[in-house]
Amino acid sequence: MLWTYTKTALFYALVCFIVFVSVFPFYYAILSSIETGTALFEVNYLPQGLDFTNYKAALAGSFPRNLLNSVFVATCVVALSLLLGVTAAFALSRFKFRGRGLLLMTILGVSMFPQIAVLAGLFELVRFTGLHNTLWALIFSYMIFTLPFTVWILTTFMRELPVEIEEAAIVDGATPWIIIRRVFLPLMWPALVTTGLLAFIAAWNEFLFALTFTSSNAQRTVPVAIGLLSGSSQYEVPWGPIMAASVVVTLPLIVLVLIFQRKIISGLTAGGVKG
Amino acid sequence: MANIKLQNIRKSFGAVDVIKGVDLEIHKGEFMVFVGPSGCGKSTLLRLISGLEDITSGTMQFDDVVVNNLAPSKRGIAMVFQSYALYPHMKVYENMAFGMQLANATPEDIKDRVHKAADMLQLTPLLDRLPKQLSGGQRQRVAIGRAIVRDPKVFLFDEPLSNLDAALRVATRIEIAKLSRSMVGTTIIYVTHDQVEAMTLADRICVLDHGKVEQVGTPMELYDRPGNVFVAGFIGSPKMNFLNGAIAEKHKCHTYGIRPEHLTLAKSKGALKGIVDYSEILGSDSFLYVETEYGLLTVRQIGKSTIKNGETVYLTPEPENIHRFDKDGKRID
Repeated sequence: MLWTYTKTALFYALVCFIVFVSVFPFYYAILSSIETGTALFEVNYLPQGLDFTNYKAALAGSFPRNLLNSVFVATCVVALSLLLGVTAAFALSRFKFRGRGLLLMTILGVSMFPQIAVLAGLFELVRFTGLHNTLWALIFSYMIFTLPFTVWILTTFMRELPVEIEEAAIVDGATPWIIIRRVFLPLMWPALVTTGLLAFIAAWNEFLFALTFTSSNAQRTVPVAIGLLSGSSQYEVPWGPIMAASVVVTLPLIVLVLIFQRKIISGLTAGGVKG
Repeated sequence: MANIKLQNIRKSFGAVDVIKGVDLEIHKGEFMVFVGPSGCGKSTLLRLISGLEDITSGTMQFDDVVVNNLAPSKRGIAMVFQSYALYPHMKVYENMAFGMQLANATPEDIKDRVHKAADMLQLTPLLDRLPKQLSGGQRQRVAIGRAIVRDPKVFLFDEPLSNLDAALRVATRIEIAKLSRSMVGTTIIYVTHDQVEAMTLADRICVLDHGKVEQVGTPMELYDRPGNVFVAGFIGSPKMNFLNGAIAEKHKCHTYGIRPEHLTLAKSKGALKGIVDYSEILGSDSFLYVETEYGLLTVRQIGKSTIKNGETVYLTPEPENIHRFDKDGKRID
């Protein structure tokens, strides 16, 4: 009996620890974002007052524009990745053709190169195609890392869908596109939400490509904009506005995850076990 | 309402020949059953007729029109799958209406046909449910309903009862039999490995083995005059007894066949002497396994047998019901 209680207690202690480790940095960011001046550098764990000066400072200038850029880039990346991912997955999971295994491995192989390794070549490519300093350069380059996992997860998921359902649709007179749109997509919501969200987060947080492929403030995305925030002198790091901006860019992700969390959970387990 | 003609149909998957030259004609409005052991190619043959698989060589005609390269939806077929294959995210009504929607039918027309099919199969109270809220039998009825709504010329069933439990299987079988009678003129092709389904449902049965047609005929033709040893052994339960050696030579054949129900059993005298090895008593009839000089023979007796294991008995074949086969397994008349 005592052991049962101890086990429960230990379990919840562990849960508390994990929650603390993952939430505390964000909490401290919120805390710092509502403090100004020297109060920023005093160690305290409860809000001393509410001061939105940092938010005003952060949201002034080009930051709202950067935020819109980020939303646009991430949304486009998700939409394109899912469109290409679903159609590629349909072909890779449903048709037998020579070199299918090799193709899948190549797609996976693409994701093994570190960003820094392809940066120089990609920069040349972006310049050559005239996409430099446009958001399309970012959309194009982000698909390098979002497409491999999108294609792989969706292919695995589609393989699990019974062939008979597809055949029934064929007999009913459905074209491949109708099969994808009206039969497969409704069944694949969990997988689409999971991969879409992962792609969104990856595109939202990306820094290196965004820094390299854009040069004007109006084309920057938020991670770069935050990184380049400067204080009134070169010796001052503007911690307050940085924290405020960080909180602002984190909120959309939290909202998205909360909206889709039930779908994600079923998405992560679906396909593993037949159910 | 289609006459289906298969001429020298072959199908290979890579180097494996699954269908090795099938010639077969299925008449308008006929209930044709493909039966055979697993792996004999009966499902593949059905899928070739449906168009879900391409023919490797040969010609297939629906009403004298070659359909070799015609898409499944253009052949005027409807198919019922073993695993139901309902669209999980659509309600019963939507499942049944999907095919007609794709064919651009008018909403009134769709509604009319779906409700008519639902009435036929007692599905009307279930039209608003999702497939996961239905039992196995109901799901299979929806699958049949979906096929009816398409108003096909040819109805294809791929082992539709295999996923149902025994009681439901009998009930659904009777339902399919009734349904086929109400759809006069619709050609039905039905694949099964269950010979009871084959015997009870079919107008004609096509027995397949190793990708070849062994025999085509009415159920009683196959039972009374099996064309070869394979068909003789496959049709009828329990299996026909096959005897070789002296008794076969006496009847001028290589294999001598007699069904368990055509052996008369006596305690004192008869043609073959044997010892009862084992008996199965089912109430309505009993099966005795008798060890004789020709091996273990099965005998069917009506009612409850009182003969004990180990008893000596005598068996006499009914002379009008013996089957004779030559060295290659072909029937001798």
